[in-house]
Amino acid sequence: MAGLLDKRRQNREEASIPTAGMADIAFLLLIFFLVTTTINVDTGIGMTLPPKLKPEQTPPPVKERNLLKILVNAQGDVLVEEERARVGEIRDRVKKHVLNFGQDSDLADSPDDAVISIKTDAQTPYSTYIEVLDEVWMSYREIWDRIAQTNRLPGPEGGTAGLDQQYSSYREYYTSLEPEEDNKIRDAFGAQISIAEPDTGE
Amino acid sequence: MASQKFERRSSSTEPEFTTASLPDIVFMLLIFFMVATVLRETDIKVRTQLPQAEALTKIDQKRLISKVHIGPLKRGENKGSTAIQIDDALIENRRTIRQIMYRKLQEQPKLIVSLKVDRDSEMQIVNEVQQELREANALRINYSSNREGPPPS
Repeated sequence: MAGLLDKRRQNREEASIPTAGMADIAFLLLIFFLVTTTINVDTGIGMTLPPKLKPEQTPPPVKERNLLKILVNAQGDVLVEEERARVGEIRDRVKKHVLNFGQDSDLADSPDDAVISIKTDAQTPYSTYIEVLDEVWMSYREIWDRIAQTNRLPGPEGGTAGLDQQYSSYREYYTSLEPEEDNKIRDAFGAQISIAEPDTGE
Repeated sequence: MASQKFERRSSSTEPEFTTASLPDIVFMLLIFFMVATVLRETDIKVRTQLPQAEALTKIDQKRLISKVHIGPLKRGENKGSTAIQIDDALIENRRTIRQIMYRKLQEQPKLIVSLKVDRDSEMQIVNEVQQELREANALRINYSSNREGPPPS
């Protein structure tokens, strides 16, 4: 009896799990994850808020000529230095202000002194505010683009920006930076954009 | 002569690709996508249609970000009143923002607050949140916005 069983076992083929369907299952899962994946990187306009002032502190004084005031009202109208302006004009106004190098007595002494102040009304639409802020940042971006392309700082003195090579744009330079590396363009030519204190209901 | 040559070349077995390693390749892709997938962990209760901008910066380090959603409450078709949501909870009292942000700043000193504000919001609420952030000394902020392109319908 035992011998008979042994014989049967010997004849039997080795049991195996069919793996042909494995690829199909894997494909199905793959397609599910492909469809559900959104590789989204958070993008936005970075800002640094001014630190909270102590009650006895007064905001640091800024010379009138160095300040470029941009006001946005509830209707989304823009005032640049008390004059009506279109949003599209801001970029050139900011550039002219920042790259004045003391020539025009109403504009900034030097890029380091220049401050762009954006003030909004309580009812200003957020999208208009972002539009204005974007224009101001873009004018700095365009200046930085030029520095990255020419490796020279703007202005009468000029001088080298100290980059190791020339880049096609600021973005290219920025992406080439290591995480700990200093951003030489921004160190040499920083942007001072201030969000004005909102009126407290006076 | 010529026909003989051709005959000799053709083999009896059908040429085939080996598909044995196909599951391996597929699994590798699968694992990549499983790892890369981030399932949304919070349920966003306010509508945030982000504005569009050009001068964008990317935030690569996801763990530095803390998101603040500001926008009208999602209530079916009609728009609700504007509300603030941090993580999972709606903020009832705006004064609590400073405590929440202060606690977050203790855990992550390099905190970046990503403001996801609906484009139709008014500046008042944004200013209020910013004042709260200043109270908490969470000064690095980011106005979350999308790349400029055709406006989403």
